Amino acid sequence: MSKHSFLEIQGLKKSYPGQTKGEETVIFEHANFNIEKGEFICVIGHSGCGKSTILNILAGLDEASDGLVFMNGKEVSGPSLERGVIFQNYSLLPWKTTLENIVFAVRAKWPHWPKEKIIEHSKHYLSLVGLDHALDRKPAQLSGGMRQRVSIARAFSTQPELLLMDEPFGALDALTRGVIQEELIKIWSESKQTVFMITHDVDEAILLSDRILLMSNGPHAQIAESVTVSIPRQRKRTDIIHHPDYYKIRNHLVDFLINRSKDLSGVATQVTAGQQPKTINLAS
Amino acid sequence: MLKSLNFKATIVAFLLLVVLLGSWEWMNQKPQATQALSEYELLMGGASQQAQVPPPSEIIKLAYEELSNPFYDAGPNDKGIGIQLAYSVYRVLVGFFLAALVAIPVGFLIGMSPLMYKALNPYIQVLRPISPLAWMPLALFIIKDSELSAIFVIFICSIWPMLLNTAFGVSNVRKDWINVAKTHQLSPIQTAFQVILPAAAPTILTGMRISIGIAWLVIVAAEMLVGGTGIGYYVWNEWNNLDLASVIFSIFMIGLIGMILDMILAAAARFVSYQE
Repeated sequence: MSKHSFLEIQGLKKSYPGQTKGEETVIFEHANFNIEKGEFICVIGHSGCGKSTILNILAGLDEASDGLVFMNGKEVSGPSLERGVIFQNYSLLPWKTTLENIVFAVRAKWPHWPKEKIIEHSKHYLSLVGLDHALDRKPAQLSGGMRQRVSIARAFSTQPELLLMDEPFGALDALTRGVIQEELIKIWSESKQTVFMITHDVDEAILLSDRILLMSNGPHAQIAESVTVSIPRQRKRTDIIHHPDYYKIRNHLVDFLINRSKDLSGVATQVTAGQQPKTINLAS
Repeated sequence: MLKSLNFKATIVAFLLLVVLLGSWEWMNQKPQATQALSEYELLMGGASQQAQVPPPSEIIKLAYEELSNPFYDAGPNDKGIGIQLAYSVYRVLVGFFLAALVAIPVGFLIGMSPLMYKALNPYIQVLRPISPLAWMPLALFIIKDSELSAIFVIFICSIWPMLLNTAFGVSNVRKDWINVAKTHQLSPIQTAFQVILPAAAPTILTGMRISIGIAWLVIVAAEMLVGGTGIGYYVWNEWNNLDLASVIFSIFMIGLIGMILDMILAAAARFVSYQE
């Protein structure tokens, strides 16, 4: 391999010891995929296929049973500020105000910055998500949507090379979700960070991502396909549904989730260790 | 509605006070003397054939006298109530803060390390139910100072609730917040001070509040044993003097100071509390 991708995942596997000795429950195995710099990748799969585990391994919060993760050609081990995480349950520190939650992250990243610079930087990212008016409120006084905005601001404020999002909009109502998705696109299009995001929402995946990784069902889950989203940016929720590729992609994803994800499970098919997900491009 | 509820509660509380004090006063009247009493009879409680619990009027009169000059010092056996209470509060606070100094770090250790929890738990379980006063003879023998022994007894009785609550609070910090600390690459020390301590602070403060309550209970008994100064000694001394009015007055003062100590820690607990 002469040219390395920004992020390379090779032969990733997670298993737990089973009831009897020597037996093990394999959640997923032979996960191989690459992510290029600046790509927005979504992962879709049924519950229990291990997609959150993959994200946690990338974040350094969980350990793989086998396999390697390289970022910029260097092996990833343990958590790092170069990999920011947005959790589904926001994970804000409830005793800190909105601003203090961001300051906490910014100070962790740049401990030697003067206080004014840290606060200015933090306020900038809060204004990007439209929270200038709620700087001194505690998370308990914010709605779910506002909390997730704080969480997004916190993740972007440390300018990580890779952003990991674990179903960031899963707990929000549909209207709020739409608004925050567009805010996310706005911030992301300015920073062009690499994003690895887990979602259950097919429409969300098409709206946000460049490529969608489809996972088959666990146990022995695989990363089966990599679907290119051939709809040009800037995308808007209201416009993309009129694009000719939209329903092709959507139908393909839904068909995968409903019909094919269980057939492609590793129990049913033989998979070789080095297999890359099948690239699917449905562009007309 | 709330305002009228408070108002009604105040009325009921006040009525209860009137009824209780009134009946106490009424039941404990000295019988009227039929003839002039000799000086000896006056000294021995008037014309009554039986010793009486002094009525509230007498106690209020005494309280007024004592509280109008609480810090007088007329020798080892005649000090103002303020001085006696100050000695007790001083011992409680010293013992309590020494205990906090030990209990909170050790509680942190136990809470963060399952190994240390398992290793230390048997000791804690055996030591915790021991009445703090049972340590007194040993403390007197080893320390050879009654003052320090009293402080040691406070120390040993306040340590357990703080230790266990700290360990519980630390071990139950939400995994998400620990993950936040990890993904922001905080060092273990930074994680302890910036995430775990504020997250566990309400639980720790609850432990401190229980501890100071126990310490205030124990100091009275401890001072009855070691003697010299303090509110516990004062109560016992006044009992030996057969001055029941002073005994009852100091009982109320013990309650009052205990309440104030609790209120201070409750305010501190409110300060560190947070809503999830």
